[in-house]
Amino acid sequence: MTSSFFAEKEIYNGLLLSRTIILQELINFLMDYFLELLLGGLTKGSIYALIALGYTMVYGIIELINFAHGEIYMIGAFTALIAASILNMLGLGQITILILASILAIIYSSAYGFTMEKIAYKPLRHSPRLSPLISAIGMSIFFQNYVLLAQTSDFLPFPSLLPEFEFLQPYRHIIRSPEIFILFTTVVVMVLLTVLIKFTKVGKAMRATAQDRKMAMLVGVDVNKIISMTFVIGSSTAAIGGVLIASFIGQINFYIGFIAGIKAFTAAVLGGIGSIPGAVVGSLILGCTESFATGYVLSDYEDVFAFGLLVLILIFRPAGILGKSSSEKV
Amino acid sequence: MKKFRFAWLTKTLAISLALVFSTVFLSSCGKKEEKKAAKAVAPPIKIGVAGAHSGDLASYGIPTVKATELVVKKKNAAGGINGRQIEVLVQDDACKPEFATNAATKLIDDGANVVIGHICSGATKAALSIYKDGKIVTMSPSATNPPLTQSGDYPNFFRTIASDDAQARMEVDFALNTLKLKKIAIIHDKGDYGKGLAEFAREFLGQEKGAEVVLFEGVTPGGLDYSAIVKKIQENGADGVIFGGYHPEASKIVTAMKKKDINIPFISDDGVKDETFIKVAGEYAEGVYATGPKDTSKNPLTIQAIEEHKKAYNEDPGAFFLNAYSAALALVNAIEKSGSTDYDKIVAALRTEPVDTPLGSIKFDAKGDAIGVGFSVYQVQNGAYVEVQ
Repeated sequence: MTSSFFAEKEIYNGLLLSRTIILQELINFLMDYFLELLLGGLTKGSIYALIALGYTMVYGIIELINFAHGEIYMIGAFTALIAASILNMLGLGQITILILASILAIIYSSAYGFTMEKIAYKPLRHSPRLSPLISAIGMSIFFQNYVLLAQTSDFLPFPSLLPEFEFLQPYRHIIRSPEIFILFTTVVVMVLLTVLIKFTKVGKAMRATAQDRKMAMLVGVDVNKIISMTFVIGSSTAAIGGVLIASFIGQINFYIGFIAGIKAFTAAVLGGIGSIPGAVVGSLILGCTESFATGYVLSDYEDVFAFGLLVLILIFRPAGILGKSSSEKV
Repeated sequence: MKKFRFAWLTKTLAISLALVFSTVFLSSCGKKEEKKAAKAVAPPIKIGVAGAHSGDLASYGIPTVKATELVVKKKNAAGGINGRQIEVLVQDDACKPEFATNAATKLIDDGANVVIGHICSGATKAALSIYKDGKIVTMSPSATNPPLTQSGDYPNFFRTIASDDAQARMEVDFALNTLKLKKIAIIHDKGDYGKGLAEFAREFLGQEKGAEVVLFEGVTPGGLDYSAIVKKIQENGADGVIFGGYHPEASKIVTAMKKKDINIPFISDDGVKDETFIKVAGEYAEGVYATGPKDTSKNPLTIQAIEEHKKAYNEDPGAFFLNAYSAALALVNAIEKSGSTDYDKIVAALRTEPVDTPLGSIKFDAKGDAIGVGFSVYQVQNGAYVEVQ
């Protein structure tokens, strides 16, 4: 009697235990997949964010959607590729190449951004808002074809410049060091830009220019210089994005800027265009949405989910998630 | 006002000049053929060649005319078919179905015994019922649309090119029989070509026993990162991937897979069998399988045909030249072996008498597809594609 009772209890306990184990494994299994998708989405999001930051910054200061921003990113990637190939021949180390190539990419992209503003946007500063927008689209087409003719229409392999950390090797199926690197850089760039705009003298001048250009001029702000500086900073973030993203993906061609630019622009609008943290938040949400849509539904509908989300958010928050809904200046 | 009238005048002038020149051109063509006909002693055997010889797809059609003329010239110089000379009748369809029916009617009126053509699948389909009613054997060097042969509607139709689904068939056979895969993920790039192939692969896998399709999805071409779909492939327990699409997406997916330690076979199509794929994917390309047209460049007949073309036209042959050359050889051979221009006898000879062509030794199956023409499976080994099957 007692023995059978114990036996029963043991069987019962055993059953309970095995059931808990199965449940736990199931949760682990699902969580693992969820976690991987989440991290994948965050990486994708921070890729978008690196480009979206430049978009949103230029828009915040002069209310221009700079469609050629994606092309600046592409030019940054190409410069880095050329620089890395040359430096590689000189036999330098991986980290040195990464840093030197990034610096060169930043200088080149900034020069392009600066020139672009002077040629395509400055003469149109007092025109209706549609004119600079069309000029931006023109610059985008021009830069694409320029690189197409000057370089090649083929895809080119891009060396993986980002270092692989040894201690991450066991977890490489979940997250890899290049992904951490991109996430980290995005956050750093976002913080630096926020500090620059909120707490420095230049930032104050930028905010003044954004609020009222004429008034800023009257109180002694060199508006032309500030706008040029905005373009240079925006282009630098695009160049950093170009180097990191290209070495993460491993291939580039003249068209990458257009596709990435559209997604980054969407992300910037989602987060509230003009807002720096908004661009990052919007990008991360967009990246995760795409990742989960692929993971749990169907990758065919990845874009449907991404843009569906955009529509929904714009219906309920027309200024974007972190955007300020300010009444139009009359 | 004056300016406007001037523009109108020049336009009319240009159009009329174009018309004038085209008639001159056409009449000169006609004369040439008449001369050829006059030379022949016994009633000649007439081979019609129809396809796009003008318009934006002319580059697909003209090599077929040249190929046929080369084969015919050689055969005529050697005494013709059983003592009868061969005459070539050329008709242009500009790749348009409505012109194709006209071309077909014209060829039948002119007494064509067999027809090589047409070039585009749409035009071929439109013309085929006319040839069928006229009991004319028709052989296309380039129409790849699967139903042309598989529907069984056109017993008079043959082709020397593999149909669109042959690649998918090849990929599926390779996956099941050589690699012994059980759970296959099919990924495509949502394009006509890639999705078409992927759908054929799914259909063929559905017919086979012992393997299942665990995933069938399209990815957005040009996407920045395909790690989500790669994780999904792993999550679904696939032991192999069949990809329909081109090399930029393929190299990104392959790279993401290898980086995530997912080492399962990756099988793709001739959109991936490209040197750029190996260049871009680098070390990650190793081991990838891709189907592509059979390598016939070392066949002595191929070398000879290209030599002949270079001698006659001073340039390298264009699209479908070898397929057209093979079609001409097959038809000439069938007429010769059957000893007549009778429809049933030619069809029987095409199905039973193998003929050596630049594409290898070929004959035709009951549906009209050439046996022995098709695709091979290649694998990336040490940075180059190597034929494995």
